[in-house]
Amino acid sequence: MNASMNYLDGNAAAGELSMIFAMDITSAEGRCGNCGAKRPFAEVHLYLQCPGLVARCPRCEHVLLRLVNVQDRIFLDLRGMTHLVFDTRQQPQAGSLTTASLL
Amino acid sequence: MEGTAVLGRVMWRTAKVLGLHDETATARTLMLSVRDWPGHVAGQHVDVRLTAPDGYSAVRSYSIASAPSTAGRIEITVERLPNGEVSPYLTQQVMVDDELEVRGPIGGWFVWRPEQTGPIQLVAGGSGIVPLMAMIRSRVSTGSTAPFRLLYSVREPGAIFYRDELRSLSDQRDLLIVTYAYTRVTPKDWPRPAGRIDPELIENDTWPSHLRPSSHVCGPTSFVEYATDLLIAAGHDRSRIRTERFGATGERK
Repeated sequence: MNASMNYLDGNAAAGELSMIFAMDITSAEGRCGNCGAKRPFAEVHLYLQCPGLVARCPRCEHVLLRLVNVQDRIFLDLRGMTHLVFDTRQQPQAGSLTTASLL
Repeated sequence: MEGTAVLGRVMWRTAKVLGLHDETATARTLMLSVRDWPGHVAGQHVDVRLTAPDGYSAVRSYSIASAPSTAGRIEITVERLPNGEVSPYLTQQVMVDDELEVRGPIGGWFVWRPEQTGPIQLVAGGSGIVPLMAMIRSRVSTGSTAPFRLLYSVREPGAIFYRDELRSLSDQRDLLIVTYAYTRVTPKDWPRPAGRIDPELIENDTWPSHLRPSSHVCGPTSFVEYATDLLIAAGHDRSRIRTERFGATGERK
């Protein structure tokens, strides 16, 4: 195994992040605060060899997001991303979301 | 509570083991009945949480192998990993009627929906076949006519998941075209020597780029990076390739 490939991708962070975001984050487009790359969150490089999880830009490896659970508190650091764009058509429950917004 | 359900908020649910089926010497499929399961899209996964009597808990992600159904049932296929914390339990100890905690369905990017009518190229490395199998089963169960093709890289013939089902589907060429690539040991008289996938295999055994297929690539990180590079070198548009990486260990905390 290539030692430089010790990462997974944003899909593997989606369960933890679903406890915070109501919408699916893997299909959201994030913009890197360093190089400006705009990619679906599913494509970030995810590192788990640490107390929490760290997502890095797949182009420049800049830290985009850090998430750490400490007992009853969750620390979420989003400093590396300038924005996240959620496309409601990409949501698995898109129909339900539309209905909900009409209520 | 009603609003929560409408939004499809992901939460931990109780799942009961309905059945067990060995896929290979090291992989087992668990059929689960999940209380209040909201349904899923092919390609999504669940997190499974095991909690010890002392309160220590471990969470791992497993792709859903079954096609979407309304019956509150899902199947996951788990590969047993040496020194794993969760997979040895799920592949060797768990019994029918046991209960597990699952969170999901998770992920809206690495999915295939029956509304997609264009050609689909699936590329699997080892246990990366699992979410792709859900897509194949979804395509069959919905009567979709999207042209599906699978390139499945495995270590050896005994490591193939869903072997009989894939054979029966590929016998009907309009359902699925399957190509196996063996990396260590091939079947007897196999035309291609053992080795990882290469440009020639991509050229001869996947949809050509001019058909503009959507590709789904899943497997260990090194496999996904390599296979994706081969597809791009063969002229495929990066934006039409969706990837999901499993760890070298497949496990995560």
